[in-house]
Amino acid sequence: MTRTETHRAPVIAQATDASPSSDTLRKNWEGPGGWRGWLSTVDHKEIGKRYLLTAFVFLLIGGLEAAVMRAQLATPDGHLLSAEQYAQLFTMHGVTMIFLYALPVLSGFSNYLWPLLLGSRDMAFPRLNAFSYWVFLFAGIFLYASFVMGKAPDDGWFNYVPYASREFNPGPNIDVYALGMVLLGVSTTVGSINFIVTLFRTRAPGMSINRVPILVWGTLTASVGNLFAVPAVSLAFLMLWMDRQLGTHFFDVSAGGQPLLWQHLFWMFGHPWVYAIVLPAMGIVSDGLPTFCRRPLVGYTAVALATVTTMVLGFGVWAHHMFATGLPVMSLSYFSASSMVIVIPSAVAVFAWIATIWTGRPVFTTAFLYFSSFVLLFVIGGVSGFMTASVPVDLELTHTYFVVAHLHYVLIGINVFPVVGGIYYWFPKITGRMMSERLGKWSFWIMFIGFNVGFFPMHILGLAGMPRRVYTYPSGLGWGSWNMVATLGSYLFAIGIAMFLVNVWISLKRGKAAGRNPWGAPSLEWSTSSPPPVYNFAVIPNVASRYPLWEGYMDDDEDTGGSTIHEGLLLDHGRETIGTTMLDAEPAVILKMPGDTYTPLLLALALTLLFVGLLAQAWWAVGAGVLLTLLATITWLWPQRKLSQIER
Amino acid sequence: MTEIAISSTTLPVGSKGRDASGWWGMLALVATEATLFAYLLFSYFYLASHSPPPWPPNGAPSLTLAIPGSLVLIAGSVTMWWGERGIERGRRWQLVAGLLLSLLLGIAFIVLEGIEWAGKPYTLSSSVYSSLYFTITGFHLAHVLVGLLILAVLLLWTGFDYFDENRHSAVSIGVIYWHFVTVVWLAVFFTFYIAPRLG
Repeated sequence: MTRTETHRAPVIAQATDASPSSDTLRKNWEGPGGWRGWLSTVDHKEIGKRYLLTAFVFLLIGGLEAAVMRAQLATPDGHLLSAEQYAQLFTMHGVTMIFLYALPVLSGFSNYLWPLLLGSRDMAFPRLNAFSYWVFLFAGIFLYASFVMGKAPDDGWFNYVPYASREFNPGPNIDVYALGMVLLGVSTTVGSINFIVTLFRTRAPGMSINRVPILVWGTLTASVGNLFAVPAVSLAFLMLWMDRQLGTHFFDVSAGGQPLLWQHLFWMFGHPWVYAIVLPAMGIVSDGLPTFCRRPLVGYTAVALATVTTMVLGFGVWAHHMFATGLPVMSLSYFSASSMVIVIPSAVAVFAWIATIWTGRPVFTTAFLYFSSFVLLFVIGGVSGFMTASVPVDLELTHTYFVVAHLHYVLIGINVFPVVGGIYYWFPKITGRMMSERLGKWSFWIMFIGFNVGFFPMHILGLAGMPRRVYTYPSGLGWGSWNMVATLGSYLFAIGIAMFLVNVWISLKRGKAAGRNPWGAPSLEWSTSSPPPVYNFAVIPNVASRYPLWEGYMDDDEDTGGSTIHEGLLLDHGRETIGTTMLDAEPAVILKMPGDTYTPLLLALALTLLFVGLLAQAWWAVGAGVLLTLLATITWLWPQRKLSQIER
Repeated sequence: MTEIAISSTTLPVGSKGRDASGWWGMLALVATEATLFAYLLFSYFYLASHSPPPWPPNGAPSLTLAIPGSLVLIAGSVTMWWGERGIERGRRWQLVAGLLLSLLLGIAFIVLEGIEWAGKPYTLSSSVYSSLYFTITGFHLAHVLVGLLILAVLLLWTGFDYFDENRHSAVSIGVIYWHFVTVVWLAVFFTFYIAPRLG
């Protein structure tokens, strides 16, 4: 038998999607159609779209839960929900929004966009990408499995012991949460590994580390953060499950365990996680704003470094969630100071965005409105966060609605607004059609006004002493009218979201054709067709500046580059892309990419079976799950000639 | 299409040692796994520092089995390093020998650990200390088992003659995990067996 080739001098060609060479590429990269293709695809674009769609479904579910809660709280003595029902709803609202919407939606953007931004043909690990989606989906369903039986997790998303101990919560509620989170952690971890290796390995030649879009910096930082943060929460939940089901004593005071250990582990994870779910969204804005301001981002290097710095500092602030737990004064001072220091990188980014708008010539598209309003909301959420970083202020405000206001300004302001803006921005690329600007602007203003009317009063309610996590409140405390305003405002916000979804639906069918680059945007994804062909790029572009599609339009000498978009490496011997060096992105290796396969799905199913078995304590299912997981893994990793993993 | 040129530089094709994306993926996996152990050991020290003395409740655990166990595991890493060097030079017999020796040494570690577990007067649910002991050493044991499985699969693939001096990424990648299992044991060993003797 002939040996697989070990070396090749690759062909450099000029080509576009219309060139005959692209037919070969299409044949190489296209998978089977129909349901087979649907279940076996490893195309990052398909997976990215699934992530986005699934995350939006969870956003709607979480939003409906919030709407019911706001109905309960609109007036004093509301009794639409019992205390137990309310506890389940507000727990699932938090779990859904934080774990099943906020990060997955950003993973959706990054999965879809990364290879296009980086001038590559897929992620470093396409099969792992499919696997991480399937596990996310199954973990989401797992977490909701007990909801339908009225036994959903009910101790808040933070799930403090001893509330969550078996003694005080004997039902399956918390076991579902604990195991579901460990399962979801698998998805997050492998997804993060994929982003990290993709960045280090698969950038187009010439795209040195100081030329990657800020979204890439954001997702990279979030992924590295996840790698170090997710083990804390997976471990905490596993230990909790062991305490509940196997009789260990980690959090059990009567046997010398420590409930505060839960809070430490949870927030060691929790705070970096906050940055994981905002930094990529900030990246969306940092890449979107320049397009609509018609100028490069002010302070690229500063913003990139601020992104990384925020995450590094973010690992040293977790105990600011625990100021009221009786920690030693020494550690309160440290954690208060470190939390305040985070203001600095955040402010660097804010001033960079303001300067970009200020010195640019803004085009007031819907996407621009979302991106620029994000800056305002970020400042409001940042200031309220800075306030609670101060220990004496926090002791007044913790457990009040002030914190609810803060975290919604942060999560909706810094995640939802950039995400919706990002959809308006990249919808033409993903679907080939423009969204309606008219309906878009209406939806923006309704969302923006609704959000502020709905959530700003919560600051006031918090200052007036209204505690959070209460299912109802008596009249005569002066909270009723502001609560009514909050409810009405949040419903208005929901209407804005609904209008956005209607816009998506209508534009999918009737939107104007978009063409390659409807916004005149500078980055590589806009150089290929809309929607992009299955192989992304007919040739791998050569990148010589941060804004390859703006070369020749800008007067800044160092950015006028000499990138070649339609001339580069052809790489058409099967599924191939180029591997480049870590910092300078010089071509280093021709990577053989895997074809479509069911293995990721099978592995995800096997792993889910394992977790269902643990939940039911059906040990045969656990055994079968372990065995199938191992078999699927070995099948997956079996060396293939086609991937040049074996020589003969 | 216009074919412009053949690139002047020749590039390697497909997975070759550190050119394999999986090599980077494994490093990232090891980073997150190492963090998991860091959090486990953090939990140990946190609970130890909040427990009334004496800690450990039954005194520091005996070194009689733990020291031979540690040596066996380190030896297993050395033999694997030697085996990997073999295939890098195209000596398949050396890889096979390295894998077999490492497998045997890994199994010896599990036997020693099993004897130690069986000799403990307490169980998982006896106390905070026992919960920590069995959970953390159990976590490590699970990693040894996975490592052994990797070695066994690599042995099988070597038997199929998949590897030579050009193509052996799977070996290089699997070996990282095996070394990690050894290194992380040293941290566990220090925490449970040495730290209590320092007070």
